[in-house]
Amino acid sequence: MTAPSITLRQRAWDAAAAVPDPELPVLTIAELGILRAVEIVDGRAEVSITPTYSGCPAMAAIALDIDAALRAAGIENARIRQVLSPAWTTDWLTAEARAKLAAAGIAPPAPASSGPRASSRLFDPSPPPCPRCGSTATERIAEFGATACKSLWRCTACREPFDHFKCH
Amino acid sequence: MTITSIDVAEDDLLAAVLARADDALILGHRLSEWCGHAPMPEEDLALANIALDLIGQARALYDHAASIEKSGHGEDDYAYRRDPYQFRNILLVEQPNGDFAQTILRQLLYSAFAHAWWQAMARSADAALAAIAAKSVPESAYHLRHSAEWTIRLGDGTEESHRRAQDALDALFPYTGEMFAIPVAETRLIADGVLADPAPIHPVWEQSLGRIFAEAGLTRPQPGWMQGGGRSGRHSEHLGPLLAEMQILPRTHPGAVW
Repeated sequence: MTAPSITLRQRAWDAAAAVPDPELPVLTIAELGILRAVEIVDGRAEVSITPTYSGCPAMAAIALDIDAALRAAGIENARIRQVLSPAWTTDWLTAEARAKLAAAGIAPPAPASSGPRASSRLFDPSPPPCPRCGSTATERIAEFGATACKSLWRCTACREPFDHFKCH
Repeated sequence: MTITSIDVAEDDLLAAVLARADDALILGHRLSEWCGHAPMPEEDLALANIALDLIGQARALYDHAASIEKSGHGEDDYAYRRDPYQFRNILLVEQPNGDFAQTILRQLLYSAFAHAWWQAMARSADAALAAIAAKSVPESAYHLRHSAEWTIRLGDGTEESHRRAQDALDALFPYTGEMFAIPVAETRLIADGVLADPAPIHPVWEQSLGRIFAEAGLTRPQPGWMQGGGRSGRHSEHLGPLLAEMQILPRTHPGAVW
């Protein structure tokens, strides 16, 4: 690979990596692990993204945003494609990304080391701590919240509702 | 002017992949029919989100089918330009929504199978199917949890909710056998490790449902005649009108894009 291509690839990655997630704008698509790779093929940028949920409707918006970001960086005619493997998982969220979610009032998913997946237990998912007051006296209002990836909870201590990013 | 239907190549793997895509698309479409009509806002959201997951799985499977057929057909061709006899979904998913109990029991019976099937498919010799499975496993876990919890609430609820849940279970159970039947053309695919064998899934499915029915106070219907034919393109009277509604817009405006 020649020096200009390495620079182009880095520029393309930097532009794409800065795109915020349309639903969770406190995080970029790079921090969420949606952005998987950027390659230069025949002088053209090829960006690979992976969906969080199979039917995530934000993927089309994300692809448009990536294209716009690349064009703003002077990179035209990019190809953006979805890859399904390896499957996206909330385990990829860094501690920093989790902290940003909590700061935005969204309870982050439990870290990978937290034992059996909540999704297999009926009526008894592990209550996430309230992102506002930290209490674990929280209860689930709805399995599906504003988006497929979130459920709706309320804190019985501070009485505020909050979204929870589901473990996946 | 309306556009003509497509012909699909004869190929065992293609047929098997299209069949599973059809399962997901038809069930997703049925759930989307609740949008704006569900008994409460939380369920309007829940059923729509489950529909979205299923349609996403269908799209991924249709994409894979396109890469197998290599005839220039894409996901929209498979979804909108095939006629009812060309669809290969199981009969269970095309059954009407009925009341809320019927929708929930249909989802329970399907998701309890789908979750176990996708877990097995994560080991498929076909890398694309394994990748689709890896995404579908956690999604189907949430579908199963949602419908299991509702089955328990309905079964162990009022006299009316219990009656409706039991009636739904009795009406839908004869459609479950088809999930475990193996079309002749798929035996080789199972032997090659491309498709998961449904046989070991059957007792797992029975056990998991058994626990839920016990807590719901519902009675598992007696073994009896099982419906079939969907995998061969022989459908109930419901698929035609469903597809007519689903396909009318793209067929009326050929080539239209958003």
